[in-house]
Formats: sequence, structure tokens, C-alpha cells
Amino acid sequence: MTTRTMQFKIYRYDPERDEKPYMQDISVEVNATDRKLLDALVKLKAKDDSISFRRSCREGVCGSDAVNINGRNGLACLTDLKDLKEPVVLRPLPGLPVIRDLIVDMTQFFTQYHSIKPYLINNDPPPETERLQTPEDREELNGVYECILCACCSTACPTFWWNPDKFVGPAGLLQAYRFIADTRDQAINERLDNLEDPYRLFRCHTIMNCVDVCPKGLNPTRAIGKIKDLMVSRIV
Amino acid sequence: MVNKIIVGAHYGLKDWLIQRISAVFMVVYCLVFIILLLGQGELDYAGWRAFMAGGLMRFLTFLFIVNLMYHAWVGVRDIWMDYAKPTSLRFALHILTLLALIGYTGWAVSILWRL
Repeated sequence: MTTRTMQFKIYRYDPERDEKPYMQDISVEVNATDRKLLDALVKLKAKDDSISFRRSCREGVCGSDAVNINGRNGLACLTDLKDLKEPVVLRPLPGLPVIRDLIVDMTQFFTQYHSIKPYLINNDPPPETERLQTPEDREELNGVYECILCACCSTACPTFWWNPDKFVGPAGLLQAYRFIADTRDQAINERLDNLEDPYRLFRCHTIMNCVDVCPKGLNPTRAIGKIKDLMVSRIV
Repeated sequence: MVNKIIVGAHYGLKDWLIQRISAVFMVVYCLVFIILLLGQGELDYAGWRAFMAGGLMRFLTFLFIVNLMYHAWVGVRDIWMDYAKPTSLRFALHILTLLALIGYTGWAVSILWRL
């Protein structure tokens, strides 16, 4: 079986031992069955078990292994090794506090996510079967419900870097639109009121880094635009 | 002083909307300006002066100035909101920006009606 050596530069920081972060040069043998960056990371971990990173499902569903790969946010499990320029520079997601190596503290991200009430609000008595939607109404949820909350988008957004405590961020706003657009949800006015704020929604400057990096191919900018459209149609 | 993150000012939509509308108006103004200018004869001082002092041109230019100032207010305020973290600093910058823009508007209007 053909093997080759790949060069990596990995951001290392253990707050209990290191005074400041540093970049570690390390190489690893990969073979033909190692297809994705996560495969190489697992091998790197076997070589140096002090390297820390998150991963779980290893197939782009859980959103755990989001890292900054050669300057661009992405999921290690969905990134093809063969497309990566060497040395592969791996850093934690930018803008969030680093816990250790490639692991970041996602508290701020999830605080923003929870602030948009990411659940269906419907005060009608539950029907005997499920709450139904027409196929057309269901269509509106395509391209928004698929978000896996990996935080690639929000941590690529300069506005989220400057105001992570006040700006909901692309992931949160995409999720907000997911519930605004849901015909089974009855809280559209409260949701729009909740977002009508110079910081929470209108900090978005349509930079579109979120669209550029989303590993699921989603478009938070379009969802943000639709939220603004609904706000406009509410006042004119 | 309460040390909590406070958001929920419930404004922003109108400013965002006016910024877009004013941008469209300014583009249209520029096109109209160029078209009207091409229809002018010789553009010496007297020609320029007559061009800018016409009733339609004065009306449109006044609207352009108002649009420009509101557009600039939203844009510059956005910069302060993005980068100026201490509330007192941001508040002071907002006030200074507003004063400057109001001053510029008065100055531009006085030039326009002096023609």
C-alpha cells in the first residue's frame, strides 16, 4: 500500500503548561485509505497523544471537528487530504477563547443560539397526530434546517469577532429564520421583535464569509435577508 | 451599574432601509446629473453656476445632500458600533459625527442657495 508523509503545523496551547500558544511542526504517514483530514488528525494523535481536538461522528453530521484549516474554517471530517496544501496549518476556530490546542470554548456561540429560542412555539393543543405542513410550506425549510451548529460560519464572521456578546451571528440568525419560516410556529412577531436591534441583527454587513465556509453549503446571508424582508413587509 | 450584556434597543430596521433607499437615490442623482450635464453648452464659471442654480437641479441636489448625510450617519455609526467598545467613547463619537454631519448639511445648503 502506498504511503506518503504529510507535513502539518498545528496550533498548540495548554494553559496549564504553556505561557503562550506556539505552532508545532509535525509529520505523519498517511496511506491511500486515509481520505479526510480527520483520518490524519487521528494518526497525529496516535503519534503525539497530547494533541487535543474534538471529533465524534466523523461524517459531517455532529459538527464537533470544526477547525481552521490553512486559514479557512471547515470540518476536518469533510476536508479531503489530497486537496490540502502542505504544510497543512491547523488552528482553532478564530474569535473564540481557546481551551486547549484545537478546542475552543463555544459558550458564547451557544448563548447566542439559545437567545433566538430555537424551538417551535405553538400554543394550540397538540393534535392526535403530528402538526402537518403542506409540501410548499415544508420547502421553505430546506437550506435552513440542515445547520449542524459547527460554528464555522459565526467564527469566520468579522462582525461576530468584534461583537460576539451582542451580535447573534450567522448560525443563530439562520436558525432564527428556520423557526420564523416554519408554518407551525406561532411566534413570528415575537421573533422579529427579538431580532430588531442594531446589534443582534443589523450588525450583519453582508460580508458573506459565512456562506463561503459553511461545510453544509447553507446560506445564512440569504436567511438574514429574508428576516429583513419580513421586517420591512411588517412596517410598510 | 449593572454588569450585564444589554441588547434589545428595538430599532435598526428604518436606518438599514433608509441607507439602502438613499444609496439608490444617490445613484439615480449621479445619472441624472451626468445626463443633464451632457446637455449643457460651454461649461465655464457662468455655465456651471447657471446649471447648479436651476430650480430642478437645486431641488435634486438638496435631496442628494440630505440622502448623503443620512447614509453617512448610518455608515459611520456602524463603524463606531463595530469597533468603539467603551459606551462613553461610542456615545461621544456618535454625537461628534451627528454634529459634523448637521454642520456639513447647513454649509452645503448655504452654498446651494447662495448660487
